[in-house]
Amino acid sequence: MYLKVKRQITLYGVIKNIFLWFFSLCCLIPFLLLIISSFTEDKSIMQYGYSFFPKKWSLDAYIYLFSQGGKIIHAYGISVFVTVLGTLMGVSMTLLLAYPLSRKELPGRNILSFLVLFTLLFNGGLVPSYIMWATVFHMKNTIWALLFPNLMVKAFFVIMARSYFQSSIPLEILESGRIDGASEGKIFSKIVLPLTKPLIATLVLFIGLSYWNDWNNGLIYLTDSSLYSIQNVLNEMIKSIQALSSMGGIASSRVALPSNTVRMAIAVVGTLPLLIVYPFLQKGFVRGIVVGGVKG
Amino acid sequence: MKSKTRKNIVRYKWLYIMMLPGMIYLLINNYIPMAGLVIAFKKVNFQTGIFQSPWCGFENFKYLFRTKDAWIITRNTILYNLVFIILALVVSLALAIFLSEIRNKKLRSFHQACVLIPYIISYVVVSYLVYAFLGTNGLVNKGILIPFGGKPVNWYMESKYWPFILVFVNTWKNAGYASVMYLATILGFDDSIFEAATLDGVTAWQKIRYMTIPLLKPTIITLTMLNIGRIFYSDFGLFYQVPQNSGAILQATNVLDTYVYRGLLELGDISMSSAAGLYQAVVGFVIIIAANLIVRKISPDDAIF
Repeated sequence: MYLKVKRQITLYGVIKNIFLWFFSLCCLIPFLLLIISSFTEDKSIMQYGYSFFPKKWSLDAYIYLFSQGGKIIHAYGISVFVTVLGTLMGVSMTLLLAYPLSRKELPGRNILSFLVLFTLLFNGGLVPSYIMWATVFHMKNTIWALLFPNLMVKAFFVIMARSYFQSSIPLEILESGRIDGASEGKIFSKIVLPLTKPLIATLVLFIGLSYWNDWNNGLIYLTDSSLYSIQNVLNEMIKSIQALSSMGGIASSRVALPSNTVRMAIAVVGTLPLLIVYPFLQKGFVRGIVVGGVKG
Repeated sequence: MKSKTRKNIVRYKWLYIMMLPGMIYLLINNYIPMAGLVIAFKKVNFQTGIFQSPWCGFENFKYLFRTKDAWIITRNTILYNLVFIILALVVSLALAIFLSEIRNKKLRSFHQACVLIPYIISYVVVSYLVYAFLGTNGLVNKGILIPFGGKPVNWYMESKYWPFILVFVNTWKNAGYASVMYLATILGFDDSIFEAATLDGVTAWQKIRYMTIPLLKPTIITLTMLNIGRIFYSDFGLFYQVPQNSGAILQATNVLDTYVYRGLLELGDISMSSAAGLYQAVVGFVIIIAANLIVRKISPDDAIF
């Protein structure tokens, strides 16, 4: 039997829809402006400002990008390398750390869990970390500075992964594996991992995103611009605009600086891979999120 | 009993080995720098090296708290974070509940993708976007204020606007992400009780008030507690990149994290930076302990430790 729920317009429904569309458009529209202004003629931005309906369209920014490609492609390569390696290492380490913590019978589990949680509550801050990575590990001006500091394993994701294991892997399956005499390693790789795909999609998205979008490590540890990731190149271009505005208008006409539209074009190119990857991960990743108790 | 424990440890050997890489990473990345907090009590001398530098007691702190910076950055950090936590909670909860009620699958993934766009974009790109709206050639000045007879505003020089701009940008950037956390929990609820409630004539508001929110309570408390734990920290990107490091508006945009960064890398003042860093770490820790004690009193199950 079908139950028909009458569709009627309610105050609640109206508020709900207005709120959703308003927020969605707020998120979408600035992004459209980014794309549109990268296809705008630079002069019309200087003259009429950024606009959704540019006076003159132009491909100049992209033509310039491809002619100057070397630096951008190099930075792109660095971003890809760091993101792929960092995500691979980060996701594996997070899964490997979270799974044992999800096993209630593991001796010492509470202490180990707390050691992970504590990193969320207290930290040494920028100065000691900087001194450690720069002087003890000599990572200043190496590509490893983009890979290791801060991003790889985050306690929040470990706790999320642990909650996922606890809520989504039935204990009976683990039990049956043990009765069959499988080792813990085998149980994890043959039984648990195949059931963990949504979680993996979530972690790949979150950790990959934090690597791709990171400019902090580059800002702190790199002075050698040949190691810059795409985000650091973008960051560098903002700085040159800042320098320009402090110099005043006259200097700006003489110095050739990256134009408004080229910056927008690089921003578009830098965001593109995420927009391509996102739809593939979207399905899995909401199912992969389990925010359970922190105590577990 | 003892031998059983030992047997367990042998049995679980693999589980411990699995945890090693992650634990070693956290040890290096998070625990070793904690020991470095003692730098705050030293007069750093690069000739002799940091660990040989002489102790100077609370000298660095005296210096830090004598400046009026200490008050401004503390005030900014806490006030912004309080507003962020409350607004993000309300907006992301509303988003999550509304998203979960969309029956049309395509429409839901459209909205879901939209609200996540800001989260996907890096803060560097966000600062470009803000500049496209607020710069001298920005949309707000050239597209709205001037055509409608207003005067253009030099946004990056006027600190009075920045509290609103930063709150807006932060909510815009993070509400989508937070809403997905709640959405994931809501989608895990048992549908049948909600359907039963609908058939019994329970209104949408009542369902939210008496069913969804109570069921979400553990998630809300967990995420809010973690945010409160970060109340003395701020997103460096938001406060450094978005205002484009503009000196004129520091009054409204300087927070502990940007202060420490500027001290360390722009001024080279390690002592002061590390004093500010220790202040941040300790007060932040005291706040989370206090918040946790309160939660433990009210609902013990939801305390985070």
